[in-house]
Amino acid sequence: MKYQELEKSKEYKYGFVTDIESIKAPKGLNENVIKFISKIKKEPKWMLDWRLKAFNRLKNVKEPNWQKPKYPKINYQDLYYYSAPKSAQDKPKSLDEVDPKLIETYKKLGIPLNEQEKLAGVAVDAVFDSVSVATTFKDKLTEKGIIFCPISEAIQKHPDLVKKYLGSVIPITDHYFATLNSAVFTDGSFVYIPEGVRCPMELSTYFRINSSETGQFERTLIIADKGSYVSYLEGCTAPMRDENQLHAANVELIALDDAEIKYSTVQNWYPGDEEGKGGIYNFVTKRGACRGKNSKISWTQVETGSAITWKYPSCILQGDNSVGEFYSIAITNNHQKADTGTKMIHLGKNTKSKIISKGISAGNADNTYRGLVDISKRALNSRNFTQCDSLLMGNKCGAHTVPYIKNKNASSIVEHEATTSKINEDQLYYCNQRGLNQEEAVGLIVNGFCKEVLQQLPMEFAVEAQKLVGISLEGSVG
Amino acid sequence: MLEIKNLQASINNKTILKGLNLTIKPGELHAIMGPNGSGKSTLANVLSGKSGYEISGDVNYEGKSLKKVSVEERAQRGIFLAFQYPLEIPGVNTNNFLKTSLNSIRKSKGKKELDTLTFLKLVKEKASELGINEKILSRQLNVGFSGGEKKKNEILQMKILDPNLSILDETDSGLDIDALKTIASGVNSSRDSKKSFLVITHYQRLLEYIKPDFVHVLSNGKIIKTGCGELAEELEKTGYQKLN
Repeated sequence: MKYQELEKSKEYKYGFVTDIESIKAPKGLNENVIKFISKIKKEPKWMLDWRLKAFNRLKNVKEPNWQKPKYPKINYQDLYYYSAPKSAQDKPKSLDEVDPKLIETYKKLGIPLNEQEKLAGVAVDAVFDSVSVATTFKDKLTEKGIIFCPISEAIQKHPDLVKKYLGSVIPITDHYFATLNSAVFTDGSFVYIPEGVRCPMELSTYFRINSSETGQFERTLIIADKGSYVSYLEGCTAPMRDENQLHAANVELIALDDAEIKYSTVQNWYPGDEEGKGGIYNFVTKRGACRGKNSKISWTQVETGSAITWKYPSCILQGDNSVGEFYSIAITNNHQKADTGTKMIHLGKNTKSKIISKGISAGNADNTYRGLVDISKRALNSRNFTQCDSLLMGNKCGAHTVPYIKNKNASSIVEHEATTSKINEDQLYYCNQRGLNQEEAVGLIVNGFCKEVLQQLPMEFAVEAQKLVGISLEGSVG
Repeated sequence: MLEIKNLQASINNKTILKGLNLTIKPGELHAIMGPNGSGKSTLANVLSGKSGYEISGDVNYEGKSLKKVSVEERAQRGIFLAFQYPLEIPGVNTNNFLKTSLNSIRKSKGKKELDTLTFLKLVKEKASELGINEKILSRQLNVGFSGGEKKKNEILQMKILDPNLSILDETDSGLDIDALKTIASGVNSSRDSKKSFLVITHYQRLLEYIKPDFVHVLSNGKIIKTGCGELAEELEKTGYQKLN
């Protein structure tokens, strides 16, 4: 009885599909589809050319296959590369004009857009499938000269910025999925913070995959000009599906002199069922360039969803004295697999990086931390500190740590600490004896294990993330 | 309150409790003494519902059998165990743990959960009653606590959760005289006509500060002698050996 209840409670909370007519590009990946996407987005020619260049490149590159989690071969000709809610054709000017069904969906997700404007102080560039449907707080940001809009809009309105920075951190030649994204990306966020401006609110986007068999290719570009600061939050959930859905986003961050970007993610895509059927393939390329001196980029991620998570949010520390940080919680349960970590490339002098990774594995899941710390010859007096902790629950799951460390000069210091532990039965007993049930106890202990990372999240995210940590592991003990 | 009839418990095919009988009425404080390996901690564990034991016999609590009642449900119904070795839980703030615990128990009784401010007020009050430095409550649960701090923290939890039946498993061992007094005052100030206590101890020392209604001697899985407070003093002089 209890077991069944547990099973029930584990069922994916956000498993529903909104019935909205979609416009779709025909199935398959070819020049015409790319032209279709570019046309529907009303893109200038240079953008189409850029996409086609990536597409041509794609023909000659192969998918990487060095990762630990293997997946069945993806038939790229069998996917839709564009789908949009129909109502987005006539773009809503305000929330009142948004399709009520979309609003309903957001409500189920716990994102009451109309309340958010008033309450949270969070500007939301909401992406439903591939098209942005509502953007709030624009006026307040415009006042400060901040640009926060869908990237498709930025391509039209701010071509100089896009031309200058798009692909400058993740070149279109980078690797298979990055190249694929460059060819077919549909939408995403664009942020520009002008010199000396501190963004007055957390910028936030909610992504959601909805249409069946639609690969989702987001593209996000964030530029923090000299002396500016921005904190960006990204959170996502996806409806229940049987087929695997590919999600291959590219996120590029650029921090100029004395600028700081804080990028936080809570990822809760559909992980597949208890048998490992279905679930999202989350193959994301995230990279930030600390281009200016004294700049800082900080990644925080809470990865609890997806059948396979495969991503390495990285920092290229070009500017002298620049700082890169990576805080990660990766939770895998049932048949989920994660191969995640970071790359810290030290190029400038006195550059510093910090990596805190917490991997939690339960059920039959497999969790790998893979990270590169590369300190170049001229990156004198650089420092890295890495801490990788793994927590195992049960005896069918796996945890792996694969650190690559290259230090090419004698004045730099690299530290690496790693631990692996099992969740302690006595700790659970102690919590039970204080009236906590198994789930509450696991949630408490795991949240304690992840504390250093959770602390990095902005307040409004931290609460949600703490709950998510508990929910993700429900039924994994006892 | 508690009625134990012919309780047998074994673990890994080794029988530890061999037909134990004990009745504790509301308002009574019973002390259990006995040599190492007599089954004192096993009794505490079994009463709390810890898994891993093969059990026969009857244990009734407030008139109902505890058979198949989970650890957390026993806790929610008012059974509290002060651990001999309180567990460390890294990253979990002590106050937060206490609040989660109290609210779980309140919730199970259909009571409203306490908000943070009300809770902190309660903790502050109870901590100062026990002379516990509030600073330890903002630290990670039992992490880096001294032996005395851990045990005091157990008693603080007891005060806050306000159980009907408190089982103290060698809470006094390894404590200096001041900590011992703190523990004793925590127990004494909780005693009333409804609350019951089962105090497990090695030494008579604690019983100088906590006056038991009954003292039982546990040996080889059975209660071999029951008496009043004086029995403890007698044992202190003669040792357990003579009783066998």
